[in-house]
Amino acid sequence: MTLTVDGIAKRFGHFPALAGVSLEARDGEFLTLLGPSGSGKTTLLRVLAGLDKPDYGRVLVDGADFLALSARERRVGLVFQQYALFRHMTVARNIAFGLDVRPARSRPSRAAIKARVDELLALARIEGLGGRYPAQLSGGQRQRVAVARALAVEPQLLLLDEPFGALDTKVRKELRGELRRIHDATGVTTILVTHDQEEAMALADRVVLMNHGRIEQIGTPEELDAAPASPFVFEFLGDCNRLPCEVVDGVALFDGFTAPTLGGDRQAGRGEALFRPSDVRLDSAPTADGLPVRIVAMGGRGALRSVECQALSGHRVTAELPEHLAGHLEVGQRVKLTVRRVVVDVTKPSSPERSAQLAKSA
Amino acid sequence: MIGTVAPRRIESGGPAVLALAALAWLALLIGAPMATVFVQALSKGLGAFLDAFKEPDGLAAIRLTLLVAVIAVPLNAAFGLAAAWSIAKFNFRGKALLLTLIDLPLSLSPVVSGLVWVLLFGARGWFGPMLEAGGIKIIFAVPGILLGTILVTVPLVARELIPLMAEQGADEELAATTLGSGGWTTFRRVTIPNVRWALLHGVLLSNARAMGEFGAVSVLSGHIRGLTETLPLHVEALYNDYDFVGAFASASLLAGLAIVTLVAKTALERAGHLAAAKGSAF
Repeated sequence: MTLTVDGIAKRFGHFPALAGVSLEARDGEFLTLLGPSGSGKTTLLRVLAGLDKPDYGRVLVDGADFLALSARERRVGLVFQQYALFRHMTVARNIAFGLDVRPARSRPSRAAIKARVDELLALARIEGLGGRYPAQLSGGQRQRVAVARALAVEPQLLLLDEPFGALDTKVRKELRGELRRIHDATGVTTILVTHDQEEAMALADRVVLMNHGRIEQIGTPEELDAAPASPFVFEFLGDCNRLPCEVVDGVALFDGFTAPTLGGDRQAGRGEALFRPSDVRLDSAPTADGLPVRIVAMGGRGALRSVECQALSGHRVTAELPEHLAGHLEVGQRVKLTVRRVVVDVTKPSSPERSAQLAKSA
Repeated sequence: MIGTVAPRRIESGGPAVLALAALAWLALLIGAPMATVFVQALSKGLGAFLDAFKEPDGLAAIRLTLLVAVIAVPLNAAFGLAAAWSIAKFNFRGKALLLTLIDLPLSLSPVVSGLVWVLLFGARGWFGPMLEAGGIKIIFAVPGILLGTILVTVPLVARELIPLMAEQGADEELAATTLGSGGWTTFRRVTIPNVRWALLHGVLLSNARAMGEFGAVSVLSGHIRGLTETLPLHVEALYNDYDFVGAFASASLLAGLAIVTLVAKTALERAGHLAAAKGSAF
């Protein structure tokens, strides 16, 4: 099914939780709603599930008005943050619930329900847990039950609200893969809310990055990486260094080197360059081009080393270098710094005060 | 709330002495009077004890007490569920006021809980003349006794349910709704099972209090033997008549009710803990 969200707005008191959100999910697509807390992603999910009513806007499913349906009628599978499993029912009864409560004429037979439950237990890889109660399960198992229960009613749309929030890192990564596998096996259009950019980028066909109740950018993880629509997007998706610079014709000018600018603001003028530690190069040859910096600290083990540098202006920059490039560097050494690509934020003019502030915070 | 923290094991002598002292104090304060009730009731033999229940006024008192409980307890359970449901699962204006009002009867002397109805429906009360004209009798009759009992026992179910339902939140109900369950089905299959132990516990307490209530009922009943006397009032009347065996025999019924309530309460707590261990909620 195709989902169209068109100009959805919702206020809680004076707080605009959603300020005009439009997006489209293709049939069978996996979207992640990514953003900081308060960005409106959970509100949007609740609007889609029918638990909140928007003030303005339309939601269409295959062209038909979705907002006219009650939460009960929408056939949306919703996985809650804390899973909300029925605590007094076994796992099997939990999964069967959506089928059990159907009116007699559309309810499948007892045998058909049991077959469906067994099928879902297998899909979620929790065979053998059907007789347990939620309190007897681990966090990861509970999440699998919640997903199986939501899928039992063959939903048109599967919605997940921070489903990995309550799990530890190792289980989280494992279940991430499981969720993607279940999505690919069922082909159900899926929308997942998360504040974890790594999770969003790893899971999604397309990421919807939200901030202050608006969509900052929609795109595949690669598109977001290669062409961030705003400094916010770039900053939200990874670690960032900041250096003052000047922009002319899409090129950022620094003391001693230049770097191409990525997407974002293409205005000319002074601004702040944002760039990833992994895009920084350090050259120890005295004749090399680049910003002269001194290495003040080195850290990390394994394939990637982090090198902390300080410029004469006081600005600090963190570089992330592969082991073979960092091996010969040492603390106190003077090197030349260049950057492969930057995003420039011209909304924050690089006034002397701002420079001083940056230098201090570094 | 019923959930109790497991006590630490008594290891040194100090706590053991304290525990013994507490037990001795309770034995003196509760055990001795309880024993007296049964000793006095049986002081003239089993025959005299049983005679007390053959007397028509005594039987009428038992019947009336049961009638009051049978009407008051389900009403309290229904109100308690509705109040706890609305307070725990929804936000609305006047929630704090509702909570305070629910607690009010607990801090009110039962005599006052009786008197307010007299002021409303008594012969010289606000609605008294109107009722008299219509030939409806509330005060010094069964409806008055019912109103007094309900006012005294109304918080007992609600107070058991509110903290539990608030802690459980509304997520399970929302999940049931998105799975296609209607309001009534959700209530019956998700909400009620999640609070069933607390609900039973509240019903039990409410029943014990409804059967044993003296103050409010005393004001409202008019003490007409065989007609408006509940068991506690009957005990007092017999005692005032120097019929000690009869008084204590009737009192032993009430004491028996207390013991049954206590045992049932303990059994419920056990069942609740077992269910909690298995995943069901208390």
